[in-house]
Order: sequence, then structure tokens, then C-alpha cells
Amino acid sequence: MTDTVHSDSAPPNGALPGTGDENVTGDEKMWTARVRRAAMRTLPPDKLLPDRQPSYVASWIYVFGVLTIAALVVIIASGVVLTWKGPSWWHVSKVGLFFNSIHLWSVELFFFFMVIHLWGKFFMAAWRGRRRATWVTGVVCFVVSIGAAFTGYISQQNFDSQWIATQAKDGLNSVGIGAFFNVLNFGQMLLWHVLLLPAVVIAFVGLHILLVRRRGVVHPFPARARPARHRITGAATVPDEALPSSEIETVLHKDPEPVR
Amino acid sequence: MIDVVSASIVNLTHPGHYLHWGFIQLSLANSIVILAMLAVFVLALVLPFRSGRRSRR
Repeated sequence: MTDTVHSDSAPPNGALPGTGDENVTGDEKMWTARVRRAAMRTLPPDKLLPDRQPSYVASWIYVFGVLTIAALVVIIASGVVLTWKGPSWWHVSKVGLFFNSIHLWSVELFFFFMVIHLWGKFFMAAWRGRRRATWVTGVVCFVVSIGAAFTGYISQQNFDSQWIATQAKDGLNSVGIGAFFNVLNFGQMLLWHVLLLPAVVIAFVGLHILLVRRRGVVHPFPARARPARHRITGAATVPDEALPSSEIETVLHKDPEPVR
Repeated sequence: MIDVVSASIVNLTHPGHYLHWGFIQLSLANSIVILAMLAVFVLALVLPFRSGRRSRR
């Protein structure tokens, strides 16, 4: 092992400045350094937390994505309190009823905001430009959230939850998964609701955000072809047929007036 | 007090109202939420978004 070398000169071969690799010669081959370099290449800090965004990011549709995350934070916080205190508290005490309502209404808002975000991204065809994974992780969040909400309704510990569970049991039996996902088993449903499904939702929301940061949000559709006219691309005025779609995308990515 | 206020807004002591179109059955509450979502979606598309401070070039 070589002694630590602190120097202002260039780091040894293969080391990235600022990653710590320049400190010890030979460490750049260790798995920690390789993982660190891969992470820096995949998600550099300026992509993770950019100062500017293209002008087409200034849209209410993205506000609804952020509102969805805000509602999720309230859901998790109120859910932690409900888990801590238990059903005898959330059914009886006034503070418990308040937190029970906060949990319910934050879920209502979560789906409200998420579906508006989903509609907007669907009509933008947000999977374009190597963004399929971003779209798919969003879809997984939506589907798993439905399961999380469903198990929440049958974890209420009241007549309503018993009614929902017995009705759902027939439906789940009819598709052959009633033995694995037994909605009449309160213990199983409660654990799915407070551990498994929230963990999946949080993991996929995090992955979704990282993919949005890595790939960027989808650019607008190119202008429709109008053979008799010319179109302004931001860089130059060119006939519609002069630019292939890939170059149109490149031009659109060079945002002429980025906004904060 | 809370009970009085909430009871004056929505009376939950009777069966819910449902809308029927052939085989489609939808509760009035869900219909209102869906209409509200559609309204907010349209507003999100048409309302101008204040884009903040533009950069100088």
C-alpha cells in the first residue's frame, strides 16, 4: 500500500478529479472507486441538482408531479403516526380521528395529482427519446399505489374494511391469487400496507426522480411539416423537410432561453 | 363541534347516491372527483405558467 499523497498536481492515471481517487495511487482499481466513478458518470451532481431547466419545463404538468411527491410525504408522515398509536387511538380519540382523516385525504390528493400528471405525460408521449424507463417506473408507482391504498382500506379495523375485504376476496379468488394474497388475513394485509407496498412505492418514486434527472423531461413534439412554409428552430430558419427528426430534437434540446 | 360542522357539509348517515348508464354504475362522489380532475387538467393546460427570471445572454 502506498502512502497517502496530497498534491495539487494532476491525479494519477484513471482517477477522476474530485472523487478522492487522487489521494492514493492504486486505489482507483478498488471496487469502491469503480462504483464511485460509475455513479459520477451516471448521475453527476450538476444533473442531480441542476441550476437551470429548458423553457418547456415551465408547465403545470410538472407541478402536479411535485404535488404528488408532497402528498406522499404527508401520507408517510401521518401513516407513521397511525402505526405508532394503533387502531384504538385512530378510531376513538379526536386527535386520532384527525390523523386518520389526514391520512385518507392525503391519499385522495396523491391519486388526484398523480393522475393529472399521468394524463399530461401520456399526451406528451413522455416515453420518447430513451425515456421508456422513466415512463415505466411512473406506471409501476401508479399500479403499486393502488394496491397500497386497497390494503389501507382493509386495514381500517371497522365494518367498512370487513365489507371491502369480503367483497374483494371473491374477486381475488376468481383470478387465482386469493391463496397468496389473502384479504381476510388482517395481519398479512396490514404488513403489506405498512411495509412492503410503501417500500416499493418509495423505491420506484426515487428511481423515477433519478431517471427524470438523468434523461431530462421529454421535449415538445416537433412542429408539423408544412412544405410551403419555413419554420424557426431557434438556431436558424430552415424548411421543414431539411431537418431529420433527430436533428430537430437536437435543436430543441439547445434551449435558446433557459429559465431558472 | 367537529361533528356538527362535518355533518352540515356532508350527511353520511344515508346510502350513497349512484349514477347509472346501462351497465355502468358510478357513485356521485366519484363522479364529482373525476369531473374535478378533468377540470383541473384542462386548467393546467390552458393557464399560463409563470416561468420566473429569464437568463441574460
